[in-house]
Amino acid sequence: MDIRIRDVGDVKILDVSGKITLGEGTKALRDQVKGLLNSGQKKLLLNLADVNYIDSSGLGELVSCRVAADNQGAKLKLVNLTKKLQELMAITKLLTVFEVFEDETPAVASFGKTA
Amino acid sequence: MQLQSSANAIELDLMTDLQYLEMIEGISQSITKGMGFDEDRTYWIGMAIREGVINAMLHGNRMDAAKRVRVHFGLRADSLQVIIQDQGVGFDPALLPDPLDPANLLKPSGRGLFCIKSFMDDVSFHRMPGGMEIRMLKRLASN
Repeated sequence: MDIRIRDVGDVKILDVSGKITLGEGTKALRDQVKGLLNSGQKKLLLNLADVNYIDSSGLGELVSCRVAADNQGAKLKLVNLTKKLQELMAITKLLTVFEVFEDETPAVASFGKTA
Repeated sequence: MQLQSSANAIELDLMTDLQYLEMIEGISQSITKGMGFDEDRTYWIGMAIREGVINAMLHGNRMDAAKRVRVHFGLRADSLQVIIQDQGVGFDPALLPDPLDPANLLKPSGRGLFCIKSFMDDVSFHRMPGGMEIRMLKRLASN
């Protein structure tokens, strides 16, 4: 798995590609999100367009990242879910616990401006 | 790893090592494509089998490299049967928390067996001497 981080306004966008699966894939995502939260970032957007596979551990890691963000008073949202990931998150009802967007622009706008 | 195959069955005997996951998934995809399952079902069956092997290694054998996991693929005219056996102490599936319960939605684990049951037609769990067995079946005619 590869993660590239970019800024759009005050939102950190994590472009995740490859597999989010048990082991290295989940650890890499956790480390990146934790690092950003620890540095005080409050607006995180995971761009999952190029995630070609995710298993139940990967789903669990997405949940852990969201919970970690909540605990730090930050927001973590998702954008560009693949059809398979969308189906998987619907089956597991995880679509009900994430804010999910189809496009990046409205996703970024949804965070609002920091005063 | 040991592999045995016949015209309608493939059996793998694996050490407990997560490095085998990609291989297992590759084998399952080759089998399901060859049997005529479409791309979507091939994907979900592969995921169910992967989750079954993860469950066997992680929760069954508790990553004890000395313990084995056996994966049996039974190729039938109308269906694929997969049996995954571990050498762990076993569990009672009735006692597992429901991952769809609102109280559990934000828990990081507990979705693997749910995925198996979602993607396969029949799933059953059996305690056996020296371990636990998951049997799963996917019919060619099902969605």
